[in-house]
Amino acid sequence: MEKKLLLGNEAVARGLYEAGVRVVSSYPGTPSTEITESVTKYDEIYSEWAPNEKVAFEVAIGASFGGARSFCAMKHVGLNVAADPLYTASYIGVNGGMVCAVADDPGMHSSQNEQDSRRHAIAAKVPMLEPSDSQDALDFTKAAYDLSERFDTPVLLRLSTRISHSRSLVTLSERNNVELKKYERNVMKNVMMPAMARKAHAKVEERNEALTLWADTEAFELGINREEIFSDEIGVIAAGSTYAYAREALGEKASYLKLGIVNPLPKKAIIDFAKKVKTLYVIEELDDVIETHCIKLGVKVIGREIFSPLGEYNQSIIAKAILGFEKECVSVDCDIPARPPVLCPGCPHRGLYYALKDMNLYVSGDIGCYTLGAQAPLSMMDTCVCMGASVSALHGYNTARGSEAAKKSIAVIGDSTFMHSGITGLIDIVYNKGISTVIVLDNSITGMTGHQNNPLNGKTIKGDPTTAVDLEALARAIGINRIVVVDPFDIKATKSAVAEELLAEEPSLVISRRPCALLKNVKHEPSLVVDSDKCVGCKMCLKVGCPAISQKKQENGRTKAFIDPNQCLGCGVCVETCRLDAIKKA
Amino acid sequence: MNSINILIVGVGGQGTLLASKLMGKIFIDAGMDVKVSEVHGMSQRGGSVVTYVRAGEKVFSPVIDKGEADVMISFEALESARWLPYLKKDGVVISNTAQIDPMPVIMGNATYPEQVLSMIAEKGIKVVSADALSLAEQAGSAKAVNIVLLGITARQLGLDKGTCIEAIRATVPQKTIETNEKAFELGYNL
Repeated sequence: MEKKLLLGNEAVARGLYEAGVRVVSSYPGTPSTEITESVTKYDEIYSEWAPNEKVAFEVAIGASFGGARSFCAMKHVGLNVAADPLYTASYIGVNGGMVCAVADDPGMHSSQNEQDSRRHAIAAKVPMLEPSDSQDALDFTKAAYDLSERFDTPVLLRLSTRISHSRSLVTLSERNNVELKKYERNVMKNVMMPAMARKAHAKVEERNEALTLWADTEAFELGINREEIFSDEIGVIAAGSTYAYAREALGEKASYLKLGIVNPLPKKAIIDFAKKVKTLYVIEELDDVIETHCIKLGVKVIGREIFSPLGEYNQSIIAKAILGFEKECVSVDCDIPARPPVLCPGCPHRGLYYALKDMNLYVSGDIGCYTLGAQAPLSMMDTCVCMGASVSALHGYNTARGSEAAKKSIAVIGDSTFMHSGITGLIDIVYNKGISTVIVLDNSITGMTGHQNNPLNGKTIKGDPTTAVDLEALARAIGINRIVVVDPFDIKATKSAVAEELLAEEPSLVISRRPCALLKNVKHEPSLVVDSDKCVGCKMCLKVGCPAISQKKQENGRTKAFIDPNQCLGCGVCVETCRLDAIKKA
Repeated sequence: MNSINILIVGVGGQGTLLASKLMGKIFIDAGMDVKVSEVHGMSQRGGSVVTYVRAGEKVFSPVIDKGEADVMISFEALESARWLPYLKKDGVVISNTAQIDPMPVIMGNATYPEQVLSMIAEKGIKVVSADALSLAEQAGSAKAVNIVLLGITARQLGLDKGTCIEAIRATVPQKTIETNEKAFELGYNL
C-alpha cells in the first residue's frame, strides 16, 4: 500500500475520501482550513465553502438526513458559531454518518482565544475522537463514521495546530463506496419539539453510557485507545499531541494510556491502568478534562499541579516537570527585536487605515488580516472580539455614547467576515435607527486563512464562476441609503468620503474595494525608489507601517529612507506621506 | 544518520515551507521516519516563522524545543539569533546574510543588532553563512533562496546530491526546475 507524508489536515481529507463521504461544507479557519481545501482534489466528494460555520454544520446535517456520509470542518471558535445546530443534532442523530472536525489552537498561533473544544463535546453529549498524528487522523476519521452510524450521533473529531499542521507518514487505502442511505420521513426522530426532544434526551443519556462502555472495550480492540506498558513506576494518560510529546520525553521510562476517544472517557480502563503504575500523571493541554474525570473515578493523578493550563506543551516541558531536567542551550547577549506579523507590502488595508489615521476615530474591529492594523504604527483598532462583532458592537458603543460618538466611530470588517456574520449586525443598525458608519474592506478573498473564495467574489471553492452577492444591492435591500465605494489607494478620496458619511444622520456603508495584493491575477506597479537628493530622513513614510520601507545609513553617514525592491509592489500609499516628493517610480 | 532535528526559520513569506517539505521528502527517500511541523495562518504575514523537520528510526513529537536542533537553516540573520537557543551546543547554523528590518526596528523603537552572525559564532557555534539572495538571483530567480540554502545544508550534512536533486525535481513546478537545480548547485558548491 502507498505511503505518503501528509499534513494532519490532508490525512483527514484522505480519511473522508476512504470513508465514502459525499458532502463537505466548511468555513475556513486556521488551523482547520486545509482539510476542506484538500477535499477538493477528490472528485467523488462534493465540497463547498459556506458563509459561516453554522451554515456549514447545517448543510452537513441536511446531507446526513439525505442519507449521505457528510462532514464539516471549523476552528475552535467556529464551533461556537455552529454550537446551536450541534446541540440539537446530538438529540436527533444521523441517517448517513456525520462528522465535524474542530481544530483547537493551544498557544494561539492564529486565534483570539484558547478555548478547549472538548467542553462542547461534553455539553452536547456527543463522542469526540482525537488523533495524535496523521495516520491517526486518517484512521480516526474513518472510525468516526462507523461510530456515528452505529450510535446514531454526530461525531466530533478534535484536532490541534500541531496535528493539523504537522506532516507524518500515512498508509493509504481504497475508497469504500458507501451507498446513499434510504430517506424515510420520521417526525419523532427528526423534528425536535418538546415532546420529541424529551424522549430524545433520554436516548442521548443512554447513548452516552453505551459510548462509555465502547471506550472501555471496543475502542481498545480497534486501537483507538491503547495501553503501552514499559514501566510500573510512571504512568501517563494523554491524548492527541500531548501523547506524542510525552512519548518523546519519557520514552520507555513510563507506561502510557493513549486515549483516542476523549468524550466520553473510559472508566474501567483508567481504573485498571492506575493499578499498574506507582505514580500516575494526566498530561493534557488547556483544560483539566481527563484529570477531573479521574478524580471523579477516585483515581489519584498528578496533573494541573505541575502542568499549566496555558499554551502548548512540548517534550521539554514534560521532561522538566516529570524527570526534572532541562537541555542546555546557547543565546546571544543582546536584545532581539520582536518580529510581529504585519500587513503585506501592497496591502489595500494599509491605504484605508492610513487615510483615516489622523481622524481620531473609535475603530470597532473584526477578525481578518486587517486586525494587524491594530498595531503601531497604524494603530487603527479599539476593539476586536469575534467574527462579525465589529458591526454590532459599534451599534452598542454608539447607543451607549450617543450621536456625537457615532460621528467619530467606524466599524472595519472584511468581505468574508461581513458575509459570515456582519450582515446581521448591519440589519440591527438599520432596524433600530442607528446612524453608524460601517466600512467593508472588500479585497475579493478570504485572506488570513490563505485565500479562499467567498460569496462576494463570484467563485466557488474550486474556482468555478458562480453568482456573486451584490454587496451594494444587499445593503440597499436592508435599508441602507448611503452606500459609497472607495479605492483605498486613493487616500484623499477615501478620507473625504468617510468624513462625509460620518456626518450623515443615517447609517452608511463604505466599501473599500481593491483585491488582495497576493492574488495571482493582481498586476503590480514597478517598485518605487527614494530620491536620496530629496529625502531628508524625516521618517514620515515610516508611518504607513510598510515592511518594504526602512531607514538606511548612507555612505555620508546620513540616514535616509530606503525601499526594498524585492518587497515593494508599487502601491504608492507611501508617496502620499512625502511632502518633498522624494518617493517616485524607478 | 540515526536521527536529526532541523529547525528552519525565517520571515513569513520567504518560502520556508517549501524547504521543509523538501527536507522531509529527502529523509523519507532515505528510509527514515519523518515529522514536519509547519506554520500557517497569521505569522505567515511577515512575522517570525519556524518549521521543524525531524527524522529518525521512529519520531514521536513533531516539534523541536530548546537545545534540541542539530541544524538551523535560517533565511534571515536576526532570526538566526532569535532561534539560537533551540540549537544544540554543537549544532550548526546555516544562515542567509540578508537582513530584514522588523516593524519595531523600522519604527525606531528597537535596534537591529550589528554583526549578529558573528555574535553567534563567538558563542562557539559553527556558522555557515552566504548571501543566498545574490546566489538565487544568479541562478535566475530571487525566489530560489530556499533552494540555495538547501544546497548548503546538503553539503554540510553530507546528504546524497542526486537524492536531493531528485526531490527538488519532484517537488517544484516544472518550469522552475532548471533555476532551482542551478540554485542548489550554487549552494552546494559554496
